[in-house]
Amino acid sequence: MLGALIIVFREVIEAGLIVGIVMAVTKGVRGSRLVIAAGVTAGVVGASLVAAFAGAIAEALAGVGQEIFNASILLIAVVMLIWHNVWMASHGRELAADVKRVGEAVRTGSRSVLALGVVCAVAVMREGSEIALFMYGLGASAGSTSAELLIGSLLGLAAGVGVTALTYLGLATIPQRRLFAVTTALISFLAAGLASQAVLFLQQAGVLTMMTETAWDTSAILSDTSLIGRVLHTLIGYSDEPSTLQVVAYVTTLAVIVVLTKAFGSRRATTAKGRHAAAG
Amino acid sequence: MKTARQFSILAAGLALALSAPMPATVAQDAAKVNVTLKDHKFSPAEPTAPAGKPIAIEVVNLDSTPAEFESKALRVEKVIPGGGKITVQVRPLSPGRYRFFDDYHESTTEGFLVTQ
Repeated sequence: MLGALIIVFREVIEAGLIVGIVMAVTKGVRGSRLVIAAGVTAGVVGASLVAAFAGAIAEALAGVGQEIFNASILLIAVVMLIWHNVWMASHGRELAADVKRVGEAVRTGSRSVLALGVVCAVAVMREGSEIALFMYGLGASAGSTSAELLIGSLLGLAAGVGVTALTYLGLATIPQRRLFAVTTALISFLAAGLASQAVLFLQQAGVLTMMTETAWDTSAILSDTSLIGRVLHTLIGYSDEPSTLQVVAYVTTLAVIVVLTKAFGSRRATTAKGRHAAAG
Repeated sequence: MKTARQFSILAAGLALALSAPMPATVAQDAAKVNVTLKDHKFSPAEPTAPAGKPIAIEVVNLDSTPAEFESKALRVEKVIPGGGKITVQVRPLSPGRYRFFDDYHESTTEGFLVTQ
């Protein structure tokens, strides 16, 4: 039972952390809870489908279907996270500065929330499909221990929900003024880490064959299979033996976010200032 | 509509970045390693491969239950459906022993890739 609990909990941590962060990021945005719930539900359904068709996916695209699929949904999440940060950079300032436009901002804000809903769905689907496969395996090897393993799995799932709650409540204690900066940083590192994971899958598939050598090996200091390692793996994309290309993808994603948020943020600020000057 | 435009710029950028490098799926000179999984045991438990060459590991799962072929050291992680078969590409390795395992039965189902 403990074995099943640990396996399920380990898979659930990443999705749990991501959903918790998204909940904190969208705190107070109208309709956001519904979007997140829909995202998680879609993720669970998607995970069951992925597990059911695991054979077909694995054989697709000359045997690299699984990697391409994983890399694609990770990259979708990366794009959504980048877009969210860029949107916040261009509208967040305005939202605070111009009370009259808040109504509009909140309305368009729902589009940014939608992007984060997709991120939740992707996170749940990815981690969930492995749990679903594990549970299918339990069903296939039906025996006296199955019930016990099922209970273990459910407890592992509950512990994962606990991670979501802790993440959300922890972030909720941060004062509203600082929360924006904290969540922007969290989402940037999250996106960079997911981009690095996507590269890993593409290298495993043999699609990307350059820079496969190990950039560093810190597995003796902090293994990314330890609990702290796993949490850091999700939050900042920590890896104890990344390939050079993974590091390149990580740094590039961070750089893209900084450049885009600066570009869209300052352009917005200038036009807003211009409007105020004209009105005054 | 501004947000839509921002989004399409991002999407276009990503598509461009992805479409650029698309080399052959399998390295031509990759050394082949075959492993089977039966009754939750890898066989051979310690396959060998040449060091310094890319390696393609094929894993055949003869069990009816799914497994997840995983190795931190080899940097691979791939689900194998019951009765299924997968191949993973591994970078050229320096001589050594590299542990791999079934993520669903990590404590009992493991093996080592030996490169020399």
